[in-house]
Amino acid sequence: MNLLTIAWKSLRQRALASSLTALSISLGIMLMVAVLIINGLVTEAFRQNGTGFGLVVGGRGSGDMNLVLNAVYRIGMPGEPLPWRYYDELRNHPYVESAVPMAMGDLTQEGQFPIVATTPEYFSLGYAPGKKFTLKKGGRLLGKYFSAVIGSRVASQNGWDVGSTFQLSHGGMDDHVHTERYEVVGVLGRTGTANDKTVFVDMEAFFMLAGHEKPPQEAIDRLREFGYEVTPQEEAVIKKAAAEMNHEGEEHGDEPHFHAVPNDLKEVSFILVNTKDIMGLPFLAAQINEGVKAQAVNPVPVMRRLLDNVVGNVRTLLLCLTALIVVVAGVGIFVSIYNSMSDRRKEIAIMRALGAHRGTVFSIILGESLLLCLGGGVLGLLFGHGLVFVAAPFIESEAGLILNPWLFEPAELILFPVLMVMATLVGFLPGMTAYRTDVAESLTD
Amino acid sequence: MSLSIRALRKSYVEPGGRTINILNVESFDMASAEQVVLVGSSGGGKTTLLNTISGITTADSGSVVIDGTDVTTLPEAGRDRFRALKIGFVFQTFNLLPAFSALENVLLGMSFSGQKADHAHARELLKRVGLEHRLNHRPSELSVGEQQRVAVARGLANRPSLLLADEPTASVDTANQDNVLSLIREACTENKVSLLMVTHSPEVASKFDRVEKLSDFNKPEVAA
Ligand SMILES: Nc1ncnc2c1ncn2[C@@H]1O[C@H](COP(=O)(O)OP(=O)(O)OP(=O)(O)O)[C@@H](O)[C@H]1O
Ligand SMILES: [Mg+2]
Repeated sequence: MNLLTIAWKSLRQRALASSLTALSISLGIMLMVAVLIINGLVTEAFRQNGTGFGLVVGGRGSGDMNLVLNAVYRIGMPGEPLPWRYYDELRNHPYVESAVPMAMGDLTQEGQFPIVATTPEYFSLGYAPGKKFTLKKGGRLLGKYFSAVIGSRVASQNGWDVGSTFQLSHGGMDDHVHTERYEVVGVLGRTGTANDKTVFVDMEAFFMLAGHEKPPQEAIDRLREFGYEVTPQEEAVIKKAAAEMNHEGEEHGDEPHFHAVPNDLKEVSFILVNTKDIMGLPFLAAQINEGVKAQAVNPVPVMRRLLDNVVGNVRTLLLCLTALIVVVAGVGIFVSIYNSMSDRRKEIAIMRALGAHRGTVFSIILGESLLLCLGGGVLGLLFGHGLVFVAAPFIESEAGLILNPWLFEPAELILFPVLMVMATLVGFLPGMTAYRTDVAESLTD
Repeated sequence: MSLSIRALRKSYVEPGGRTINILNVESFDMASAEQVVLVGSSGGGKTTLLNTISGITTADSGSVVIDGTDVTTLPEAGRDRFRALKIGFVFQTFNLLPAFSALENVLLGMSFSGQKADHAHARELLKRVGLEHRLNHRPSELSVGEQQRVAVARGLANRPSLLLADEPTASVDTANQDNVLSLIREACTENKVSLLMVTHSPEVASKFDRVEKLSDFNKPEVAA
């Protein structure tokens, strides 16, 4: 019989105590695994290793972190918007290859998914460097008017598919719901980015919704603030167009009919920019940031900072907590084995009388500790994945994170050497008790 | 196997600091395959003598030569190994390990010698003691007599050249006493194992050709 077999039989002899201690360690490992899996997912959600665009340009005053949170992660409400003229200007800048406008602020009434009004060009940017958007079968990209392309999570959570219709509502305090119904024309494939939980609508149509165009006087003031010249003729044109828009329906019979919104009444939340030459990126950013109108941010370093500072800290905290749980379980194993030692002095003395070395009985006790820790560890791994399996639907609906319970985090592999070290620490003192057992004395007990 | 003890001394220091001499054996010998019974008063040092022979307890001085090896000169690990290879034990309280079946207890008797466990031999031994139908029973599932027979089988598991038996019949009833005794003696004869057995029973002692009274050759009071 080898030493592990002997250790195993001794554990089996104390089946209840052994299974309870193994269980305690497995609970610790279970929590750790769950944390690792969830953490891996959160990290993945925040760690797109880039975006399909080089710069995000937005209104001044909200800081680069906010800009990235809004534009990339679609979290929170965007700050001051940019006038359409600014977009036109940027689009025609000699460095710029593509500039895609985005307007945000509305949410779907069902599921509260953020609406991004943009142009079909958005989809040609891709969602990460070299990663193209895909469309599920039967869909198409944005058409004109009230069509929408939805992310994969929007589709799965709201149960929408091509042909579904929905309404938009204002985010925040204002619970206004637009009467216009949008129709889903395309469902995007899963990207693992915030695009999955975004609803894309066409920019043109977005401004036709009541209240989305800027009141004419405000728009004119804002343009002047930005340093644009607005001639009296232009002013008149803007006001006339605005007045026309506001009696739609009454003069046009029952057919739904919308007027095109003049550009000067439109505003965009962000502009996503790619330069013709990657070297042009910092120059363009510097140029934009020199002016008072807008700020340009390279999203990648900001995203990395976000991951390290926020997500990283939460992960460290959670891992520390679960590590603590495992340590407590380790102490439990120690107590259990150590307590059993006084009852087992005689057994150990018998083995010594049969010719076992001190080191051999030490190894047997250490083997018990190893079996408990590793057995508990394997059990904990199964429990952990089981827990994720059970919790996945809730987490998906509550937090919007899609969990794959059978996805093994590489970090889980570290558990085994860690458990071995712990088993050694935990088994050491009881092992030493066995090592030091006085054979002659213990035999006569 | 031959055993030859010379000038063996063993003393304990009492908690008060006083030294009490337990063993002072000028000379004690056993021939190969000889069977000797050891009698003596309680507390006289019989168990201590057996433990010193097997190397469980270290002597203060003197020599214990078994088959040409002086165990008192061996380091502890060497004595463990020597015990695992050459010496078998049967204890008064059997001392079977509760977590292991009869067969496993016998296998344990050969586990620590570094040699491969010989399952066939273990079964054969259990068959020899009449327990071929109790191989997988744990000690708690065996009668007292059966337990002692497992202990005898275990004592012989490593094919020892010397079997040390410390009152092996004290915990069994009279009927079993004779059984166990003849079992041990026959097995030792068959396998040419020397037997040194401690007993308090004059009846058991009377069955042996050579009976040694410890006080006849152990003179702790004359040790300086
Ligand atoms: N570790 C020890 N420390 C101190 N004294 C000890 C120790 N071990 C044994 N003794 C003492 O040595 C003496 C001999 O003990 P031993 O067990 O050898 O006697 P024994 O002849 O086997 O007695 P019994 O017939 O009752 O089994 C006893 O007085 C005992 O108290
Ligand atoms: Mg005794």
